[in-house]
Amino acid sequence: MQVSRIALCAAAFGLITTGAQAEISDNTIKIGVMNDQSGLYTDLGGPGSVEAVRMAVEEIGGEIAGAKIEVLSADHQNKPDIGSSIARQWIDQEGVDVIVDVPNSGVALAVSKLTGENDVAFLNSGAATTRLTNEDCQPTTVHYTYDTYALAIGTGKAMVEEGGKSWFFITADYAFGHSLEQDTSNVVKENGGEVLGTVRHPLSSSDFSSYLLQAQGSGAQVIGLANAGGDTTNTIKQANEFGIVQSGQQLASLLIFLTDVDSLGLDVAQGLTLTTGFYWDRDEESREFAKRFAERMNGQQPTMVHAGVYSGMKHYLAALAEIGDDGGKAVVDQMKKMPINDFFAKDGVIREDGRMVHDMYLARVKAPGDSSGKWDYYEILRTIPGDQAFQPLSESRCPLVTQ
Amino acid sequence: MTELLGIPPQLLFGQLLLGLINGSFYAVLSLGLAVIFGMLNVINFAHGALYMTGAFVAWLLLSYLGIPYWAALVLAPLVVGLLGILLERTMLSRLYKLDHLYGLLLTFGLALIIEGLFRNAYGVSGQPYPIPSWLQGGFNLGFMFLPVYRGWVVLASIVICFGTWFLIERTRLGSYLRAAVENPQLVRAFGINVPLMMTLTYGGAVALAGFAGVLAAPIYQVNPLMGQQMIIVVFAIVVIGGLGSIMGSIVTGLGVGVIEGLAKTFYPEGSATVVFVLMAIVLLLRPHGLFGRTRT
Repeated sequence: MQVSRIALCAAAFGLITTGAQAEISDNTIKIGVMNDQSGLYTDLGGPGSVEAVRMAVEEIGGEIAGAKIEVLSADHQNKPDIGSSIARQWIDQEGVDVIVDVPNSGVALAVSKLTGENDVAFLNSGAATTRLTNEDCQPTTVHYTYDTYALAIGTGKAMVEEGGKSWFFITADYAFGHSLEQDTSNVVKENGGEVLGTVRHPLSSSDFSSYLLQAQGSGAQVIGLANAGGDTTNTIKQANEFGIVQSGQQLASLLIFLTDVDSLGLDVAQGLTLTTGFYWDRDEESREFAKRFAERMNGQQPTMVHAGVYSGMKHYLAALAEIGDDGGKAVVDQMKKMPINDFFAKDGVIREDGRMVHDMYLARVKAPGDSSGKWDYYEILRTIPGDQAFQPLSESRCPLVTQ
Repeated sequence: MTELLGIPPQLLFGQLLLGLINGSFYAVLSLGLAVIFGMLNVINFAHGALYMTGAFVAWLLLSYLGIPYWAALVLAPLVVGLLGILLERTMLSRLYKLDHLYGLLLTFGLALIIEGLFRNAYGVSGQPYPIPSWLQGGFNLGFMFLPVYRGWVVLASIVICFGTWFLIERTRLGSYLRAAVENPQLVRAFGINVPLMMTLTYGGAVALAGFAGVLAAPIYQVNPLMGQQMIIVVFAIVVIGGLGSIMGSIVTGLGVGVIEGLAKTFYPEGSATVVFVLMAIVLLLRPHGLFGRTRT
């Protein structure tokens, strides 16, 4: 019955189906978690994301309608070519049904294209580029946790409103950095600010003093850090050393994760304004998830990427159970029909361009005196409602969006 | 304002100075590599991992035992040196008779193991190591703000580099070492314990890497990957300077730091590549490096 109903629907809406039958292929559901397991983005995703997926799988009993769920994981080493070949192998030889996490925008764009061509679902939590839901959107891709537009709207707008009108960017020289710089520049200009200059550094640099000196020389009020992970922590640490903030310039850490703040220490990180999709100590439900996660991760609290992976995975499995089909587009279509209500999102919706729309939070890093101990780092300043946090659908450049 | 090559001179001077600071890290590291290659004929790929170990030892000493920076500056190189001696005695010394490739493979494997152990225990985000209070603050040089700590790094590196150079090129011990490299049999015939000298050389050279690690700890995050980012550049420097040339590696280290600094100003996107372009050019024109001699 199910088969014919879906076929009918597809025919009625004039959609092209892949001809796959509504069933779970090989009677197994294979989940591939791909992220950085050894480089600068390991702690914000890495093994934590794999554990988050395992938690989600265990909670639904490890199987759906008799089909066993298997979890694979791999390290893409932040290289798009390695990411693509892992994805290809997973799809062609392992029969993977969904690829999860994939931080690093360069790798994510490559994987999104492959999964789109092969009708495999792609749940992205770790990457930031808005291209995933714009010119490079796919019917099988869901961009779950955050994106550069939301970061720009959150941190960028807040800093301009507080008087930071002139900006200089220190940007990681790849898809993510460019995207974040672009989106933030737009927000700055729309709110009456100006961009004085920008310097682009190779991914995984260690010395940022040259760039900081150029930023200082520009005389900009705000230095926007369009980088992430170890690059951001080293920039902030060295900005502190060179007395950048003391001499009156502000740092805008456009993307910073809980683990980055932990590694910097509150002495150095205090006062930074940031945008996040999740904070573990926000309410009862988030604390409950964080407690279970930390128990499995030697006390480490979840970042927004971990939380997004878990929530997205639960949603994926629920949608799959609903339709009894593991085809990428079929499950993602079903995910788009079901609202998301859990510790991560309230009334979260996945739009037709693949963007999961949910509330974001503007936060400030606490001073050492205000923190009760390890992981007590953020004070939530305000909630940015989902419809303001993300790019409006009317501005989308995604061909899937019917204008 | 007058401009030099399209940028204000203040900025240019600042960049040159920063280049020199980075160059001093390169110099200390490439010096150790050059000594090891010159004396032991081993291409020591574990050098970056041992540099990282130095930084971690300093951090462990501070956070678990409360041992301050100055003491770590002595203790961490000692620990790393001892580790080096252990590795040399148990493994490396068995490979001297074989082709270079074996030493390279062994040390590369060791580097992966050491990094893996630290990554497993402490993650990759890095640990904070504060700048000691009496080295905080900075001078205003007119064209830039120079943190006191960076000034100290340059000073300490230069003293260490020239101290090592002096030890090897100008002392009796150094002359034994150099003689042992030329003709180990003959030197042994004079009653000098050549294997012991080799062991101490390796220990001493990796202690230099440990020292550089402690110097780096307050500037960069103490991070299992910090050696990996450094080692490739440092190898390029040793190749540019000429394998085994001690003065060559010091001068090239400082020079490459400056060139990299300029690249960061004029073409930042290429700053990670400029060293390798330089290396390719030098290899084409002078295959033995700028300061290298042909080995017979």
